[in-house]
Amino acid sequence: MKNVRSCSKYAVLPLAIFLLGSLLAWAQAATSGQSAGQTPSTKQAKTAATNPGERVFQANCGRCHNPPEQISPRITGTVLRHMRERALLSPQDERDLLKFLAP
Amino acid sequence: MRDKFSPMRPIKSAQLKQTRFPRVAIALRLAGFLLLLPGHLLSAQNVPIVSGAVGFFDSKNTGINFFQPVFAPVVVAPLGKHFLAESRFDLRGFYARKNGNSGPYQGTYIGSTQYLQLDYFATDKLTITGGRFLTPFGTYNERLTAIWIPKLQDGPLIFPIGTRTTGSSNGAMVRGALIAKPSFHLNYIGYFSASSDAAQFQAGRAAGYRFDAYFPNKRVEVGTSYGRFLQGTHNNSSGAHFWWLPYRFPLEVRSEYAHGAHAQGYWIESTYRLSQWRGPDSLFGRLEPVFRMQQTFRNSPGPGDGLPAADTKQADFGLDYHLPHEVRLNTSYSRKLSAAGNGNIWDISLTYRFLFPMWRGHQ
Repeated sequence: MKNVRSCSKYAVLPLAIFLLGSLLAWAQAATSGQSAGQTPSTKQAKTAATNPGERVFQANCGRCHNPPEQISPRITGTVLRHMRERALLSPQDERDLLKFLAP
Repeated sequence: MRDKFSPMRPIKSAQLKQTRFPRVAIALRLAGFLLLLPGHLLSAQNVPIVSGAVGFFDSKNTGINFFQPVFAPVVVAPLGKHFLAESRFDLRGFYARKNGNSGPYQGTYIGSTQYLQLDYFATDKLTITGGRFLTPFGTYNERLTAIWIPKLQDGPLIFPIGTRTTGSSNGAMVRGALIAKPSFHLNYIGYFSASSDAAQFQAGRAAGYRFDAYFPNKRVEVGTSYGRFLQGTHNNSSGAHFWWLPYRFPLEVRSEYAHGAHAQGYWIESTYRLSQWRGPDSLFGRLEPVFRMQQTFRNSPGPGDGLPAADTKQADFGLDYHLPHEVRLNTSYSRKLSAAGNGNIWDISLTYRFLFPMWRGHQ
């Protein structure tokens, strides 16, 4: 019982920090949107909504790492296969991503 | 046309005999052989890549300072339409003072083959992997151990749970998506590993699986892992993970819980890149604060399991700076509270990530 109580007590701290962080992030997103109009991030998000390939990149590759600054067109197929294995991309995702990386 | 970085020059026998790590040399030779396959197998976009990172890590852990220069190359080569060969090596020096916090610095060299695998894309929903691969328990080992990826230099305390003995497995793995809809993915991984004591290919005999449900529109992922260690005293490890990376703002939340034979614990990490202030390439937009909270609970003595000997809680505060040209500076301070002793950990590291084609290929 003691262990259970200590677990629940300590679990409150990260949960509170997580909620606080989320709240701050939300508030900042809202204020930056009002004051500065479209920031690059929001622009990118809107682009992603219309560009399936970029959306696939953000949804899969971008979960773990930032995108490289540039990808040579000669290696897009290789990168795709690597991501297919790592991120378990569907064939449709793969096609969309290829169009995005090598338009 | 090959450039000067091509590793296709044959390795001479004499060099093989002289090297301290003949198995690495053999592995490199095998990789070189695979890359010598006819060019027509490789289309214009399928040129093999050389990627990875170089880094310099400095850490001061409860008063003891040590530093590590690291070179972690990755080689990925498609073979025909259905195969992919890929590998990652970790070559690092470890330098510390002779008597802990006094005396001259002395160093050792540590080299490891983290993965050297051949993937066969059998169907859209099944990939079969053979060779040496990263043990797919939880998320940290497979996704965040490449040195250019993690936001904090040190891995989580519960990392050894489920990844014994080295984080890598020798054997076979199947993986794929049971359901792959635009708004929902259900992914699976199953693996078996044989025991090996070979210097560069150490692994434990084990089997396990991972399932995760992923919601791409929300970038929310929940999953569960299980592993059974099948050598010596058999035991089970189980775990769960939760990731959330909202599109609306650059917040990343990752967390894991793992339960092993003698201990359990969790970590939760959140990062927030300040890219919403003047964009990701601005002075402040390159900053990324990181916070991680983690705890381990010792249920019974487990010598050699790699976890703290006593209940431990640790808070990690990091501040990363994304410099141009794939260079990143990571700094962090950690406060560790434990019945075995409290302590401070200071880390600073610089990494450079590279990615380029192995040769020019066809235009």
